[in-house]
Amino acid sequence: MARTDPKKDVVIIGLGWTGSIAGIELAKEGLDILALERGADRDTVPDFQYPNVADELRYGVRYGFMQKPAKSTVTFRHAQNETALPMRHLGSFLPGDGVGGAGMHWNANTWRPQAEELRLKSYVTEEFGAGIIPEDMTIQDWGVTYEELEPYFDRFEYMLGISGQAGNVGGKIVSGGNPFEAPRAREFPMQPLQMQLAPRMFRDKAEEMGLHPFPMPAAIASESYVNEYGMQLGPCNYCGFCERYGCLNYSKASPQTCILDALKRYDNFNYRTHCEVLKVELAADGKTATGVTYFDEAAQEEVFQPADIVIMAAYSLHNTHLCLLSGIGKPYDPVKGEGVVGRNYAYQMTGGTKAFFEDIEFNPFVGSGSSAYVINDYGTNQIDFAAEGFIGGAYIHASQLNGQPIRNLPLPADVPSWGAGWKKGIKDWYGHSMGVSLHGSNMANRDCYLDLDPTYTDRHGRPLLRMTFDWKDNDTRMSQFMKEKIERVVAELNPTSFKSSYKDTGAHYDIRPYQSTHNVGGTVMGTDPATSVLNRYQQSWDVHNVFILGAGSFPQNIQYNPTGALGGLTYWTLDAIRRDYLSAPGPLV
Amino acid sequence: MSTRTFKLSRRGFMAAGMAGTALATLTRHPFAHAAVPDLADYVPVFFSEYEWNFINAATSRLIPSHGEGPGALEARVPVFIDLQLAGDFGTAADWYMAEPHDAGASPLKGFQSPLTPAEVYRQGISFFDDWCKETNDSDFVSLDDDAQDLALVALEKGDVGLPDNLRDFFGLLLQNTKEGYFSDPRYGGNHGMAAWVYIGFPGARASFLEWNDPAMDNVEYPLGPVSISGERA
Repeated sequence: MARTDPKKDVVIIGLGWTGSIAGIELAKEGLDILALERGADRDTVPDFQYPNVADELRYGVRYGFMQKPAKSTVTFRHAQNETALPMRHLGSFLPGDGVGGAGMHWNANTWRPQAEELRLKSYVTEEFGAGIIPEDMTIQDWGVTYEELEPYFDRFEYMLGISGQAGNVGGKIVSGGNPFEAPRAREFPMQPLQMQLAPRMFRDKAEEMGLHPFPMPAAIASESYVNEYGMQLGPCNYCGFCERYGCLNYSKASPQTCILDALKRYDNFNYRTHCEVLKVELAADGKTATGVTYFDEAAQEEVFQPADIVIMAAYSLHNTHLCLLSGIGKPYDPVKGEGVVGRNYAYQMTGGTKAFFEDIEFNPFVGSGSSAYVINDYGTNQIDFAAEGFIGGAYIHASQLNGQPIRNLPLPADVPSWGAGWKKGIKDWYGHSMGVSLHGSNMANRDCYLDLDPTYTDRHGRPLLRMTFDWKDNDTRMSQFMKEKIERVVAELNPTSFKSSYKDTGAHYDIRPYQSTHNVGGTVMGTDPATSVLNRYQQSWDVHNVFILGAGSFPQNIQYNPTGALGGLTYWTLDAIRRDYLSAPGPLV
Repeated sequence: MSTRTFKLSRRGFMAAGMAGTALATLTRHPFAHAAVPDLADYVPVFFSEYEWNFINAATSRLIPSHGEGPGALEARVPVFIDLQLAGDFGTAADWYMAEPHDAGASPLKGFQSPLTPAEVYRQGISFFDDWCKETNDSDFVSLDDDAQDLALVALEKGDVGLPDNLRDFFGLLLQNTKEGYFSDPRYGGNHGMAAWVYIGFPGARASFLEWNDPAMDNVEYPLGPVSISGERA
């Protein structure tokens, strides 16, 4: 029997980046707020403290900070005519669970989308003609422009504390930064991180070849820093345990290091852990939400939590799942091409080349998640789509991170995977390689989408989310284009040998190897309710007191890591709620 | 404390004994490993004696003792695998194991066996050893090194007729062997951090600010590893 708790002004589903920002921005308004987090409570001490967190097996390999498929997973198939099967253990992508979400185990690469990416369909149509867009490609504009979002990107970056080199300040190109970025109002708050030999070798060669290398914008402190909430960060010590780990050094931006201690001081904010929201409850007319029903792990009972505003701040896949389970928005039907929830699911194109140098010692265990030089010369706004035969782009980077030997021990092609040859090979080659990789866009397609699985259920008896996805020629052509560019730079570095891995025409999505935790779309934003779940303020078109935050809003994937974009959008939405919605609740568009 | 004794094959004993000698020269740290029993004295918590002998033999082909650096036996990889299979990994505690299963599905869809990793090992060892007996007239443990390697190659290539439920057996064995070689010693393998010493990984040191200085380019890091418990090597 469900318990009903006293009503709150706001209930927030999930306490990662977007939920923490929503919490503190609305707490300032004096609202009575409850955040519900399905996973455990986590803080730097004790959860990320040295030395226990420096444990590759527990966190890097056994996914200690990630979602447990036993409790929450998806089913997957390549096409509609297949039966989807459950993702039984993690691999391709690693949603977090627990306080901090994926915002505590990330690499902290922090980007703004290009202005062109935010109005991609219009840009393609204006520059190249709508005729180059493949028939089944369902790209669209975001409904909000770079110029509108600039102050919110700026605020997010200063809240995180970005170390980096601006490339375009107010329209003025700054040497050493990214000359292809849209204008930003000011410099980054901190100087770039220090860089190791591998990224510097790439920088020097790229420069020599007439390209434009710049340091990865990093939400990792290069010096001491205090953000707008009074939260303090200390300079990175390049411990090498970044991606998949919580930061042991108060250097990497996370909800823990940037928001939560400040947020917990508001008496009008509370949060509960091990409380998984099962459903958003709607009023009889379906036009407003009345609150949420969640499962309280400690009490072992369902709870109805009434609220005036529901902020969905879970991982993108879970926000889509909850919409489908709750009847928020019309589910997408790929046959008819109608409906919106689950539409335009997209992923991230990755690939790269490992270069081996018998005479160079890289000390690969030194680094941070954002220790990288990057070029954006082949970015979305630099490519002639008509000439190249694809829409999209990528950044190319040489990173030094995670030099831990279980997961990261690249070996030349002629070294066997076991036996005496392997044993000799690991001695010969550990510390003697560097990678140059692409991080690229992925366009939305009519037959790549999310819906509810007809067979498999979770521990609460709810249908699992079903993912139907595969790579398309458009994106594998982009991958092959980047391969040629990367191998050209690598060859110029004159390695002993190199080994490439890129998706080629006909490649099918493989859910086993890690690729990226950049699952986007499903609850996309836009200007037309027929093709978007959310309006330009990330407000549900159908249920006006439901706001959905995160990368689910992206209509297709950008070439960049998503956190910078979704953080800016979160501040944009919170500003609209505070400015307009609280005084006059209703559709903002 | 169990009273069972599990003996390695004679070859395994010799290899592990030689490793002990090699390790003595590698580990200079002041903290002794006195509490850790020799591999030969270890009492498995998951494996039967028969399975234990197989795991010792198989892992010592995946990472042989011969040549520079520790082999799987010196690193006590079998201890690691035994403890992993007895724990949450072995029981698939974090995995989604609900029915129905389609173990023969495209590998691109990932692990689909109804069996836990522990069950895959148990049934996989039995099936593979039967195949060895049929093919070579000998169980795996009794084959010579070259024949063991050939059998493992057949297993890796999917040429031994494994049922779909067990098709991930070799992949798990190889992955877990490397995990046991390179993970922190708290998990039973990487004994004395010898695998870290061998390749030059400093373990849980986790502080390298001054190593970004271009003056340190191409300079080999001079310090040996530390473990999470504070051992040094």
